[in-house]
Amino acid sequence: MEYEAVIGLETHCQLKTKSKMFCGCANEFGADPNTNVCPVCLGMPGVLPVPNELALQLTALTGYLLNCEVPNFAKFDRKNYFYPDVCKDYQITQFDFPSTTTGYVDFEFGSKIERVRITRAHLEEDVGKNNHFDQHSGVDFNRAGVPLLEIVSEPDISSADMAYDYLNALKDILIYGGISDCDMEKGMVRCDVNISVRPKGATDLGTKIEIKNMNTFSGVRRAINYEVPRQIDTLESGGSLVQETRRWDDDAGITETMRSKEHAHDYRYFPEPDIMPLRPSEEWLAEVRSHIVELPLARKQRFIMDYSIPAQDAEVLVGNMPLGAFFEKAVDGSKNPKAVANWVINNLQARLVEAECTIDELKFGPEAIRELVEIIDCGAISNKGGQEVFNELFNNGGSPKDIVDARGLAQVSDSGELDKWCRDAIDTNPGPADDVRNGKENAINFLKGQVMKASRGKANPQIVGEKLLKLLKG
Amino acid sequence: MILHELTIAELTAKLASKEVSSREAMHSCLDRIDAVDDRINAFISIDREDALGQAEAADVVLGQGANQNDQPLLGVPISLKDIFCVKNQPANCASKILGDFRSPYDGTVVQKLKEAGAVVFGRVNMDEFAMGSSTENSAFGRTCNPWDLDRVPGGSSGGCAAAVVAQECFGSIGTDTGGSIRQPSALCGCVGIKPTYGRVSRFGVIAFASSLDQVGPMARNVRDTATLLGAIAGHDSKDSTSVPIEVPDYVGGLDVNLEGIKLGLPKEFLGAGIDPEVQSVFEAALKQYEALGAEIQEVSLPHTEYGVATYYILATAEASANLARFDGIRYGDRVEGNDPFSLYCNTRGKGFGDEVKRRIILGTYVLSSGYYDAYYIRAQKVRSLIKQDFDQALSKVDALITPTVPYTAFKAGEKTDDPLQMYLSDIFTISCNLTGTCGVSLPCGFTSNPKLPVGLQLLGKPFGEQELLKIAYAYEQSTPWHKERVKL
Amino acid sequence: MSNSDFDIKYVANLARIKLSSDQESRLGAQLGDILGYVKKLEQLDINNVEPMAHAVPLHNVMRTDEIQPSLTNEEALANAPKKGNGLFVVPKIVE
Ligand SMILES: [Mg+2]
Ligand SMILES: [Zn+2]
Repeated sequence: MEYEAVIGLETHCQLKTKSKMFCGCANEFGADPNTNVCPVCLGMPGVLPVPNELALQLTALTGYLLNCEVPNFAKFDRKNYFYPDVCKDYQITQFDFPSTTTGYVDFEFGSKIERVRITRAHLEEDVGKNNHFDQHSGVDFNRAGVPLLEIVSEPDISSADMAYDYLNALKDILIYGGISDCDMEKGMVRCDVNISVRPKGATDLGTKIEIKNMNTFSGVRRAINYEVPRQIDTLESGGSLVQETRRWDDDAGITETMRSKEHAHDYRYFPEPDIMPLRPSEEWLAEVRSHIVELPLARKQRFIMDYSIPAQDAEVLVGNMPLGAFFEKAVDGSKNPKAVANWVINNLQARLVEAECTIDELKFGPEAIRELVEIIDCGAISNKGGQEVFNELFNNGGSPKDIVDARGLAQVSDSGELDKWCRDAIDTNPGPADDVRNGKENAINFLKGQVMKASRGKANPQIVGEKLLKLLKG
Repeated sequence: MILHELTIAELTAKLASKEVSSREAMHSCLDRIDAVDDRINAFISIDREDALGQAEAADVVLGQGANQNDQPLLGVPISLKDIFCVKNQPANCASKILGDFRSPYDGTVVQKLKEAGAVVFGRVNMDEFAMGSSTENSAFGRTCNPWDLDRVPGGSSGGCAAAVVAQECFGSIGTDTGGSIRQPSALCGCVGIKPTYGRVSRFGVIAFASSLDQVGPMARNVRDTATLLGAIAGHDSKDSTSVPIEVPDYVGGLDVNLEGIKLGLPKEFLGAGIDPEVQSVFEAALKQYEALGAEIQEVSLPHTEYGVATYYILATAEASANLARFDGIRYGDRVEGNDPFSLYCNTRGKGFGDEVKRRIILGTYVLSSGYYDAYYIRAQKVRSLIKQDFDQALSKVDALITPTVPYTAFKAGEKTDDPLQMYLSDIFTISCNLTGTCGVSLPCGFTSNPKLPVGLQLLGKPFGEQELLKIAYAYEQSTPWHKERVKL
Repeated sequence: MSNSDFDIKYVANLARIKLSSDQESRLGAQLGDILGYVKKLEQLDINNVEPMAHAVPLHNVMRTDEIQPSLTNEEALANAPKKGNGLFVVPKIVE
């Protein structure tokens, strides 16, 4: 029998705020253990949570970017479970009235645009981090209380590769919106996957199995690629699946039943009495909407259409948001967008990587690239001269025109001077000159080289060629 | 001069005139505690050095010419229920589970008291985690009613009431989740107010039931209570449930003129279950109010009989989550286990007393899968009905008038085996917490044999504390009860 | 009137409270009585009644995103029953 996989993702990402969700401790990665903590995020007796407005704004903004509804009523709830990294032994989250509901993400998958529906994106607090040692574990609460957005998808995903591309598309949207830095190495994005399999074409869903503990998108892809065949094999060999939570072991490359789930789970959600409900006003939402940005996919399509640049270039520019923004400013008013894209991608990006600096640290503005392309296109300098101008811009800043002047890079197109160099070349090289006269047209390159040498590279090679031919053949 | 017998108003006058020092007042309280507290057991612990240090600091400020106009409690020793977090001081909530915990921060009420100049001292006894009505559920032993040591002082703020009535402090700050300020005030014979929910910050108060808990003062008369309330009330950005409304001048609003005041007598509160002596003392109080010019009219609160059931579902549900954090990981007494699960079970099995266990288990059950709608949501809906009753009744009258408790202080041990009977003793006080409105209890007489205080309860409109205190004050000033002192 | 659905072992486990068998039977019986009592709420018609979660009708209470001082590691761990390497030490967690 042929089977198909039905996959839904729960993606948790840390919001880009200065302080935590319910207290003023820094939302910062990498501090010494238990130093970004206070009575509130340690769950000390007597403390109370006060929600961070920016986190709520970023949540609503995510809703808009994911085509969600942003309801006019939302609230926080307590999710009760005992775990050493949960400082109050309940997590403040949103249960039945989340801040955003029912949206979708469109993204490129293969040669098509696919859509994964979003059930909800709700706000909650992150938990602490458990460190495991031989005999015991140790808890660091620096991460406890960091605002965390949980983005729940519908089970619209059918393969590991599709999950991978969805996650990358989602990540790009979140980075674009300034919602999260999505730095995987800092654990800013974490995923749980729900997988079931069913006979191809069936309408009922199979037994749902949840997989936890994937810290990278490639880990998600590998876990799905392991789990789907496992489930199919189990069914094919006459076995049955039980609804359970499994843990992805990245080193071993397998999923396994989680032991900590042996104790019955009953989260006993109820409305958080310490936090008042949310009824976002029209003004508040309007302010949030003023931060809506163009989504990466739309941007890519626009770049291809408006600037006639290849899809590959557009992808590079969209994949690197600051570079794309720089390109957009550079290309504004340019007659040669393709050349601008080339300079930005092939020269600027490469030099930034090489020099390990960011676009904010550049010594020149985007208009300099536009000017550079213009100067080259009108023949004022050669491509080689353009390279020199770019290097000078990168190292010391300035304007391309000034650099051309200061370095004397302008090509000579003045006929008097060119005339003299050409006649000298013909007179001192009679052999090649005769060759040309006799129809060996290739010999002209030698004479051209002599002119360029005499002009120290400043002669416009195109005009030199024309002039030599005219002098030799009349 | 016996300093500890003074009211706050009398003491601040003497402090301002330099007739006495804050250090002397503090010493007087400590001497009194040494003399009587082995019988009362109101105090769990006292940091004497810290208390005298604060008093001396107040004396320095007094010496510079400051007085109660600048800081209304300047130099006045005030005790705290063992539920408030004070930096570097223990906070046990009368439980074993907190072990030798010391708070790393000051709660807002403590900060406000200190800003008002108070000498904040001592940890007074209570029912463990404020769960109880008798101050018998304490890991630090029961507190005794100063009028009869065999009887309970009420609870859960029983230590506050006993300390105030036994003149071991000039006032005390308690909390009220279902009557925990008003009921002990009634059973011990002092004044206590439960302010409107959101009036006083809960930041730094160890939570029992977050949507019901409210901090309030207890003192020997209405004026002192008003002074204390003025000092601790006000909006706090650290408490999301704190309401940003101006704090009126509670003392300035006191007045003996009750002309035109309408008091509502809820008919459902009368009759069955009230001790006949309490009933007749209460009726005399009604007559006194009429003599003062108030008009008494009957009102109806039809859902009163559902208050206790509603309360015990909502309060225990919230408590089951609030008390989850006492798990032996970050603070408190840990009982080790082989894994976190057994550590939790061992720690909580040993650390919590029976009443706390009962309520956590009840609260866990009513929230658990399959029961949530039947218990919790239903109770929240009945809470709406009770709130509607109050809104309607209070739209017709200025305040409601009831006995605070249907009876006087009962004997220790009398109700400990029957928690349901204990819960039912809160029937008159509980609705006020469910509705989030304010309520005050003040002495309105004594039974004759034995001589035990009877409390009168006035229930007011949201943020109507000023009006409520005025109505209480007029009665108090026309009766002798607040001048009665216990002999120890 | 007692509640037959009430399984004290299960609920105490959920609440992470170890009970002796004596406590189980005593508390279980008391809680059965209480649950019997609260059933009186079933007498009321609560259709069309909104549940009331908060005692005051506030909403949108928030703070601006600003950093406030944290505790030092020493202060954070001051009350810890067991600590090491700046962490709160617990029995080994097996996932
Ligand atoms: Mg979640
Ligand atoms: Zn914090």
